[in-house]
Amino acid sequence: MIGTATALLAGVAGLFVTAVAAVLLARRAATTRLIYSAALGLSLFLLAIVGRHLLIQPPAVSVLTLPVGLPWIGAHFRIDSLAAFFLVVVNLGGAAASLYGLGYGRHEPAPHRVLPFYPAFLAGMNLVVLADDAFTFLLSWEFMSLTSWALVVVHHRVADNTRAAYVYLVMASFGTLTLLLAFGLLAGPEGGYAFDAIRAAAHPPPLAALVLGLMLVGAGSKAGLVPLHVWLPLAHPAAPSHVSALMSGVMTKVAIYGFIRIVFDLLNAPSWWSSMVVLALGGATALLGVLYALMQHDLKRLLAYHTVENIGIIFIGLGLTLAFQANDMGWAAALAMTAALFHVLNHSLFKSLLFFGAGAVLTATGERNMEHLGGLIHRLRYTAVAFLIGCAAISALPPLNGFVSEWLTFQAILQSPQLPQWGLKFLVPAVGALLALSAALAAACFVKAFGVTFLGRPRSPAAAEAKEVDRLSLAAMFVLAALCMLAGVLPGLVIDALAPVTDALLAARMPAQASQSWLTIVPIASGQSSYSGALVLVFIVVSASLMAVAIHRFASRRLRRAPAWGCGFPDVGPQAQYTASSFAQPIRRVFGTLVFQARETVEMPPPGDNSPARFEVSVRDLIWDGLYAPVANSVDFAARHLNRLQFLTIRRYLSMVFAALVTLLLVLAIWP
Amino acid sequence: MIIDLLVQGGQMALVLALAPLLTGVVRKVKARLLRRRGAPVLQPYRDLFRLLRKEAVIAENASWLFRVTPYLVFATTWVAAALVPTFATGLMFSWTADLIALIALLASARFFLALAGMDIGTAFGGIGSSREMMIASLAEPAMLLIVFTLALVAGSTQLSTIAGYMMSPAVGLRVSLGLALIALIMVAIAENARIPVDNPSTHLELTMVHEAMVLEYSGRHLAMIEFAASLKLLLYVSLIACLFAPWGLTVSGGGLAAYALGAVTYLAKLLVAGGMLALFETSIAKMRVFRVSDFLGAALMLGLLATLLLFVSRSL
Repeated sequence: MIGTATALLAGVAGLFVTAVAAVLLARRAATTRLIYSAALGLSLFLLAIVGRHLLIQPPAVSVLTLPVGLPWIGAHFRIDSLAAFFLVVVNLGGAAASLYGLGYGRHEPAPHRVLPFYPAFLAGMNLVVLADDAFTFLLSWEFMSLTSWALVVVHHRVADNTRAAYVYLVMASFGTLTLLLAFGLLAGPEGGYAFDAIRAAAHPPPLAALVLGLMLVGAGSKAGLVPLHVWLPLAHPAAPSHVSALMSGVMTKVAIYGFIRIVFDLLNAPSWWSSMVVLALGGATALLGVLYALMQHDLKRLLAYHTVENIGIIFIGLGLTLAFQANDMGWAAALAMTAALFHVLNHSLFKSLLFFGAGAVLTATGERNMEHLGGLIHRLRYTAVAFLIGCAAISALPPLNGFVSEWLTFQAILQSPQLPQWGLKFLVPAVGALLALSAALAAACFVKAFGVTFLGRPRSPAAAEAKEVDRLSLAAMFVLAALCMLAGVLPGLVIDALAPVTDALLAARMPAQASQSWLTIVPIASGQSSYSGALVLVFIVVSASLMAVAIHRFASRRLRRAPAWGCGFPDVGPQAQYTASSFAQPIRRVFGTLVFQARETVEMPPPGDNSPARFEVSVRDLIWDGLYAPVANSVDFAARHLNRLQFLTIRRYLSMVFAALVTLLLVLAIWP
Repeated sequence: MIIDLLVQGGQMALVLALAPLLTGVVRKVKARLLRRRGAPVLQPYRDLFRLLRKEAVIAENASWLFRVTPYLVFATTWVAAALVPTFATGLMFSWTADLIALIALLASARFFLALAGMDIGTAFGGIGSSREMMIASLAEPAMLLIVFTLALVAGSTQLSTIAGYMMSPAVGLRVSLGLALIALIMVAIAENARIPVDNPSTHLELTMVHEAMVLEYSGRHLAMIEFAASLKLLLYVSLIACLFAPWGLTVSGGGLAAYALGAVTYLAKLLVAGGMLALFETSIAKMRVFRVSDFLGAALMLGLLATLLLFVSRSL
């Protein structure tokens, strides 16, 4: 039998071959179908291999060293329980996106710019998770960034896309730079770049803190942690929709994987105060992400900002894990980490689903701007159902999956009064409040997203004449919607599957859920808290159908269609509906005046004047204005002034070389 | 086992039977306080039956979601109401959903109702949905922080366990519970669209929140939604009663007399709560919509303060 690592690398190699084939066959008509079928097949193959690996009891570790990469080190690959979980997330997302691409890719105006990079992007994400030494990890990470960058610039003639790609490239290079420094510190002067060597070495606390900080910047910028999130809402929507789904649903999770791998596996010496940084960043990210999302009226950008919120929720779970781990509360740490990883899986499912839905809307109407949509529930009947399930899941409504992971996070927060440190005692309840606020705002955000896009009356001819998308795209959406339902109704299975991961990283696990009756999950003890998604679903279905039967048996069944009530005014048309911005107005008034400096100006013409009234809203991005704009401006300033150096005479260049030499020698001489 | 099942079934039927009565009592007391005679206490039942007999008129472009929502809203509210101990603790299925899940169930109901408000595509539905979600975005976190407080005091998020703990002498007087009670009452007022946050009996579209959202409903659909609103009011009253006035609650295994006593005290609690709500509503004016955020922000802060106190010391 071939080892798991070998089989997985063979699958990844297959993806590379597909990428090369896409270059060679670029001009053929059938290439699109061929490439996406191959990517789908290979993703399913990788999924099957990981599945086989997960079934081995006790959990095994499979390693492989290839004689490529740095000389006398080689390229190390390894699959353990953590890598296996993330491989499932990556390849599940990859398979769904490929299935969706089979249908959606047909509408792509420039397929030869997408097809070579798509399988390569999938391969890159797989390789990051498989890598077992610093060099392979960084190389795969950079490869993943570059291929996704290439996919962001596919539609490079669309306004703003090149800017998005530029910002993404700068942030990605910056992130890799900090990762490079982190690995340099971990490897130490001896240069032990293999993860085994790093794991075995002792890391003094100051160094561990520095590495954690660098990881927060490096992995955090890729995942979208505030304030490093700015590239994400620009770049994710710019790519074709199935790639947006992969970037938002899967690539951010690969970044989370990097963080977990280094902080919990390689470093493994967290001090309690480092958890405060992670918790505070997570809480701020969750709240700001959802507030930003509420201000958007571009459907894909709204979804991208909402990814930021979910990353915040995951980091809250990870911060709690760090806090519990530093205080030797293994059971609580296992609970918090299970919550975070469960949310990783959930978010990859429903965010991919929602991006597919946004892609379907884009195909059907050519619009991403919600202000031009509306009434699509009548035109895209099936897409609307799948999108609604995704909206309900991401808004953490029971009995869907998003609720389970948030519930577990709340349960973990309720364990934290036992933490001895005062800083944590004050911070954790505040973070809990932020989490609760962002959960409630997320529901508002998705009422807006679904309500404005799919409900009401069409606001443009394009929306009025939309046609349902093809069956393959629908199949991809319904598979993910079914998985959202399944993970919500049978959360015990997921929790049990995560137990080996927490076992390996924290030497603790949540109690086994399979033995609980009625598919209930019990995170700590049965008297404390329990939840049964299956029973909640059964209760809702039974009581709704009981009522429906009773109503149809005893009440009047007559139904009449009539015009909507307009206070006696004649119908003023669909333009009088609530728009995306007007839906968000109360929340903008309550939260936005502080966070975004939102200002509204109304210009009313005097009575008798027929000129239209004007209403303007200005929203500022304080993080961009306060953090990025100064940096960009100073770089601009320096570039403008240093540009003079380009046009000097030879004599001046020579004198400058001479001066530099003298200065260097002087420094060397004075250096103690 | 049989008795537990009976108690659970009885509870489900009881909340259905009593919910319109509570609404009727509140309306009656309010009318009497305004020196009107008021409609009979049983009027809400008659209203429901009248609505059920009428034909449903729905807007021309209403989608399937509009027609499904009343059933979903009613079902989720009913399930939530059936899980709150009314006259007895130790409900058979109380472990299915704890307090956090209960709040999330109510959030589901609101989610679908807000969507239904946007389905027709008139400005009224939109204004109602948008304001309802703004109110919910503050009321829900405040409620969660209250749950945190209760869970930290009782060491459990399960309603039956918390109610049991509240009945035990171990509780004592606590600052955190006092703050939580005030916050819970504020949240309950907002969640049930009562004055000063919203006015359940207003007929001016621009001042409505909840009523604007359901403006397009009629006939049996409206009956479901009105019924769900009464159920929600009953749920919050039962919640406050079983948490902060748990006297007379029958613990599981009590005899028939105990259950009868529990039912009688529960009825008394409902009457008192309905009277107090009516008194409060008549003595205060409705506030502007953008003052609601201050009101609920105060509830949020009280909840946070209560939770913080418990993080500082478990005995506060």
